[in-house]
Amino acid sequence: MRWVNVRPNRRSAVLLGTLPLLVALIAYLFASTARHAANPSDKILPTPAAMVEAMHGLLFEVDPLSGHVIFWADTAASLERLGLGLGICALSALLVGMVLGVLPAARATLGAFVTTVAVIPPIALLPVLFIVFGLGETAKVALIVVGVAPFLIRDLADHVAALPEEQLIKAQTLGASSWQLALRVALPQALPRLIAGLRLSLGPAWVYLISAEAIASDIGLGYRIFLVRRYLSMDVIIPYVAWISLLAIAMDVALMQLSRRAFTWAHEGRR
Amino acid sequence: MSALLTFDNVWLEYGDKVVLERVNVAIVEHSFVSIVGPSGAGKSSFLRLALGQEAPSRGRILLDGKALPPECGPDRGVVFQRYSVFPHLTALRNVMFGQECANARFTARLFGAARRRAAEEAAAMLTEVGLGDSLDLYPAQLSGGMQQRLAIAQALMARPRVLLLDEPFGALDPGIRQDMHRLILRLWEEHGLTVLMVTHDITEAFKLGTRVLAFDKRRVDPHAPHRFGATAVYDLPLKTRLPLDTPETSVSITIDRISNNLKG
Repeated sequence: MRWVNVRPNRRSAVLLGTLPLLVALIAYLFASTARHAANPSDKILPTPAAMVEAMHGLLFEVDPLSGHVIFWADTAASLERLGLGLGICALSALLVGMVLGVLPAARATLGAFVTTVAVIPPIALLPVLFIVFGLGETAKVALIVVGVAPFLIRDLADHVAALPEEQLIKAQTLGASSWQLALRVALPQALPRLIAGLRLSLGPAWVYLISAEAIASDIGLGYRIFLVRRYLSMDVIIPYVAWISLLAIAMDVALMQLSRRAFTWAHEGRR
Repeated sequence: MSALLTFDNVWLEYGDKVVLERVNVAIVEHSFVSIVGPSGAGKSSFLRLALGQEAPSRGRILLDGKALPPECGPDRGVVFQRYSVFPHLTALRNVMFGQECANARFTARLFGAARRRAAEEAAAMLTEVGLGDSLDLYPAQLSGGMQQRLAIAQALMARPRVLLLDEPFGALDPGIRQDMHRLILRLWEEHGLTVLMVTHDITEAFKLGTRVLAFDKRRVDPHAPHRFGATAVYDLPLKTRLPLDTPETSVSITIDRISNNLKG
């Protein structure tokens, strides 16, 4: 049988999928054990036991300086920034993207501007954001918005503009006004695309969040990682990175489920 | 009978490219006009003009004696070959769409008794086109023929003065196409419709039409083929239709250059 025709069934696909993760884990354990055999106080590849010990204090004990349980306070702060940023992105994408997609005149006026803004590397704007918004929460949320919103706007505008013209004509022959056409024809078809765009933007959004937190912050997952780097605390960094990945995966799955539940029609043909 | 839709010396030009020239056609109420012609002969452009999707560069188009605005409106319904229905709405909601737009300017949604009334009317229309069992299915769950039935029902709900069909059955299997022919003729009869249908299937044109318009270029300049536009070169009123079960291969239709007659 040709290799291109070998298709794993559902169970073996799951098994095959976990294999690389398992291999990476075992490789790490071997490397870690080997390093500790040579040098028991090694900090670069901490053992799982060392990680549990280091994380215990952060997870369960109140920090006397700040009065928070550090791990959960970091998580809450980061998620709040990310949620605010992505929420603003989604709303602005919906608003601007719909207007650009539905109205050719708006597209002619603002299309080039949005494209120009979208090619500016967001991290290069970070100093500007710090100068304008100060070092507080606003600048961090603003970085996520500046980084993600232009992409979402362009994606949504293109998607709406690419709706078959037949649909728009048909709606007009049924008496729909511009507003009704946007509300009943374009918007419902834009929403699943918006969710798909948000899922793709999760990665960049985390990058911007952690960058902003690394440079100027006193709380947050990214801040913590960069703080403990000074003490070579890999036993904290690794669990934090794993936690960030887990959060990212959970958000992705949640958005996918939301799209499946709310817009069954959009997933109908692909099953 | 006075004309319902009149094309008065209509031209359609893009820059120096002439697509349609000197189109003079008057369509009376309750006629079924089939429009045939080779590719690129302006059949679809003609339909787009009637739809208001484009404005003529010269001449006038009159509907009920009034100049047609260069915009689509609920007085002209349309069914395209594809993409005529909204994929995000169930069959019932697709058919209710027109009424929801007419009766709820801001939300474009009906509630309570008004919604129930609209739903009942839409369900009755869907039953009439044979989709009574598929009210809650999305278009992606319907076959090609069922989607076209849905598109027709949706268009008829707005009670258009003229129904425009752009190769509506072109993508369907021959058997399904025959069912659709029966359906459209029945609806045409019962609702007293005026229909303009573009088709590339000549047999279909003679099966359904009460009148056949053939579009082509009268003159061709071999050095500048874009300088002459197409027009209705034949205009045949039909007394008798071909029977609906005529197989597509068994007839030869000859359009005689002088007498415009039809041989079976």
